[in-house]
Amino acid sequence: MAQHAGSSGPPPISSHVAVTECGDVTNTRKGARLVEARLRGLLLGGLAGDSSAYHAFLKDLSAHLRAFLRKRLVNLPEEVEDLVQELLLAVHNQRHTYDPRQPITAWVYAIARYKLVDLLRRRSRKESLNDPLDEEDDLLATSDGEAAEARRDLAKLLADLPERQRAPIIHMKIEGLSVAETARLTGMSQSAVKVGVHRGLKALAAKIRSES
Amino acid sequence: MRTEELVSLLARGTEAVDPRWLARRYLIALSAGTAIATLLMSAWLGVRPTLLRDLSVPMFWAKEAFCAALGAAGLLAVARLARPGRRPGWVPMAVAAPVVAMWLLAAVALLTADPRDRSVLIFGQTAGVCPFRIALISTPLFVGIFWAIRGLAPTRLRLAGAAGGFAAGSLGALVYSLHCPELAAPFLGIWYVLGIAIPTAVGAWAGPRLLRW
Repeated sequence: MAQHAGSSGPPPISSHVAVTECGDVTNTRKGARLVEARLRGLLLGGLAGDSSAYHAFLKDLSAHLRAFLRKRLVNLPEEVEDLVQELLLAVHNQRHTYDPRQPITAWVYAIARYKLVDLLRRRSRKESLNDPLDEEDDLLATSDGEAAEARRDLAKLLADLPERQRAPIIHMKIEGLSVAETARLTGMSQSAVKVGVHRGLKALAAKIRSES
Repeated sequence: MRTEELVSLLARGTEAVDPRWLARRYLIALSAGTAIATLLMSAWLGVRPTLLRDLSVPMFWAKEAFCAALGAAGLLAVARLARPGRRPGWVPMAVAAPVVAMWLLAAVALLTADPRDRSVLIFGQTAGVCPFRIALISTPLFVGIFWAIRGLAPTRLRLAGAAGGFAAGSLGALVYSLHCPELAAPFLGIWYVLGIAIPTAVGAWAGPRLLRW
């Protein structure tokens, strides 16, 4: 079992459940089911426009992804945090593909597996794939709140985006301004601001893919 | 940028996702693709003059149902494979069922026919051109469906590409059937299936190249 407690703040509920019932597979499964229900609720809230639910979703998810990837990238530990960030961006950009009838585990696992295989193909180091990638139950059973330093600096990639994408992301997503305020500040229309954020985050994901 | 900052960035000011977005994208892709394919077919080959008379022939409806069922199976396959984490499930059965049914019909037709008529049942008058015409007419549908899949996130690219090509080919065959005079089950079971197999193969080849994200 590869659980680590979070170093700052209270550990996510999920890791708490898994730690207290460590070693008992049935209870770990039960824990994963609880996490599944919780994450699903948070994501559905986020999809309906509740940004604090969405924040909690991404935060919890990043801990699960980290634990999942640390276990699978034992030979490439320096890649873990970069891949966590790439996955968060992918989950965000593809959030419209989540089908509410579908378990969230299956959806996240498919995205994580796709990006992980993609990374390993780029590194052409398939032998570093430690576990056979067929146990999606595992994904929400572990959690790791201890973020390592990412090697890739997203802020730098962000700065390289075209102005029509960069400015809306900086104002809305980093400074926290509203669409209307961003539109006034940049002289763009409100719909151009929204499109700029959307395309910018997709372009960011594409940059990550092409640079590594 | 630390992961925590990225989480805040992504979550801040997030807006509701329109649940009808997906349906709208498929609708645009399919209606534009079908419209252009139909235009292509009528400008290039023309709707067959005997079409109205054929409406009373049962085999005409069997042919239309065959293409429509394959098209529906293809679209179901696309709908599943274009999103992360959905398994093909019973889709292979839905794809196989119309083909098997057509082959059964073909076997009956061949067995009950006079041996001298069998080659006509198999080759008709257009066997040499039929598969290529179906493949060509399905091109606009192929483009539309691939565009729709690109807006989603397939994780099994070859399979998703093949499903897209298959759906495009089946709907292309449906459009082509308004021109095609052939009504014999053995003909349909061979040349139509071959015509649909071409865009399917192209889709399987193009999937890993065009659908990456």
